[in-house]
Amino acid sequence: MPTFPADFTDLEPFADWSLETEAERYAKRLSSTMDELQAFYDAAFPRLAGAMAYLDQLDLSALPENATRLLWLCYSLVNASFPVEVWRQSRVPDSGAASMHMLVEPAV
Amino acid sequence: MAHFPKPGAGSWTEHYPELGTGPVSYEDSISPEHYELERKAIFARTWLNVGRVEQIPRAGSYFTKEIQAARTSIVVVRGKGGEIHAFHNICRHRGNKLVWNDYPGEETKGTCRQFTCKYHGWRYSTEGELTFVQQESEFFDLDKEDYGLAAIEVETWEGFIFVNLDPENTTSVHDYLGALGAGLAGYPFDEMTQVYKYRANVGSNWKLFIDAFAEFYHAPVLHAKQATAEESRKLSSVGFEALAYELDGPHGMVSSWGGMSPPKDLDMVKPIERALHSGLFGPWDRPDVEGLDTLPPALNPARHKAWGVDSFVFFPNFMLLVWAPGWYLTYHYWPTSYNTHIFEGTLCFVPPKNATERLRQELAAVTFKEYALQDGNTLEATQTMLESRAVSEFPLNDQEILLRHLHKTARDYVGEHQTTATPVRISAVS
Repeated sequence: MPTFPADFTDLEPFADWSLETEAERYAKRLSSTMDELQAFYDAAFPRLAGAMAYLDQLDLSALPENATRLLWLCYSLVNASFPVEVWRQSRVPDSGAASMHMLVEPAV
Repeated sequence: MAHFPKPGAGSWTEHYPELGTGPVSYEDSISPEHYELERKAIFARTWLNVGRVEQIPRAGSYFTKEIQAARTSIVVVRGKGGEIHAFHNICRHRGNKLVWNDYPGEETKGTCRQFTCKYHGWRYSTEGELTFVQQESEFFDLDKEDYGLAAIEVETWEGFIFVNLDPENTTSVHDYLGALGAGLAGYPFDEMTQVYKYRANVGSNWKLFIDAFAEFYHAPVLHAKQATAEESRKLSSVGFEALAYELDGPHGMVSSWGGMSPPKDLDMVKPIERALHSGLFGPWDRPDVEGLDTLPPALNPARHKAWGVDSFVFFPNFMLLVWAPGWYLTYHYWPTSYNTHIFEGTLCFVPPKNATERLRQELAAVTFKEYALQDGNTLEATQTMLESRAVSEFPLNDQEILLRHLHKTARDYVGEHQTTATPVRISAVS
């Protein structure tokens, strides 16, 4: 069964970026190479506007599962954009061993 | 070159002459003995913000808060009549921590009809009354009315829940927060219920992280690699000047320009920001709620059109940032030793109406984390070198007035407490 809504099947190779929590998305970013981040970004960024237009037609509090998975993928794109657009490394520069954990995040 | 006017005294710092302008000692941030004094003089005696009313929406909703600086854990609970109570998190029988899950040191939350101690099953109402004693007849003249939970003073200000661990305290939280608190009254905090909360263990004295967030002098330098190259060069050549600073008693605030809604030049911002219309300063568009068109008087005190964010430092450990695009952020710094603390950063938005608004908030929330990681990493480096005591006094500039004020306030509280010290007692309900 496809992960995403019918218009977004081209993102299927990147379905492993559709992750529910910030902790999972951040961990995947850190464990990815720059080539992997670039490939995901190059595939997903051009689809962001279309995904927003599609998802905005739906009730955010009652999204179907495939739409929720598309939204999670968009969150991952946001998270992965920083290394690709600016830093050229998966971790923010000059942050060493510092860590910060998300205790509370929205349900959707 | 000055871009924004300063007070007639010539500088923000000299406008408050009690601060002085000389170099500042950071011994207060590296001395275990001084920290012990701060615990008693500050954390056991001032109003501490422990949460928001939305965290306990119904009768029986509760959360616990570890306040290691005051060597206690507390339970905050909404009672049957909707009122809020706070108690020391200790069973009156033999001192077990009353409310916890698997790990006694971890905070918890939930909803209950009563609190039941895991050890011997003593029960307490949400009002703190002892209601059940296991094998009560085995005790000797035990009157349950004498063994209610140890109550703590609790008050709310604009929906923020504060506790004061000093049973001798006579100042209301409203009075304690002074003119800056009063000047924020009416801001629609209660509409901003979409919450992202971060926590970090930081290897520095608690005041050093407040220092980091109470000045923006560092921003164009430490965070240079966050912006596009051209924008970064521009920011560091301009440097940082605030629109205004205000001090009131132990509290202070800095009003800053910045943010872009929308940016003058779209090339200034990253592609993801252009695509989402959001960034570090939050979504570019204000949410559609009452109370944002006319801001309360403490916000944007310079009435400047380039206003971006106001940062309030409510002594000792609560910072409140109100952003021009209509959201707020809180920082809490909970000391765990003289050179460690727990940092909490909480972003609060008006709930999104659709996926686009949700994504804009996500971008602001994850951008915040990347900046805070850089700030946090620097703090450990600062703490270790301060502890070398190779250098003992440090020059603070006019844009660092809030730091000068924070450390002076903390030292003054310790000094005053040493001259008037009275033992801290615990009072019980009933």
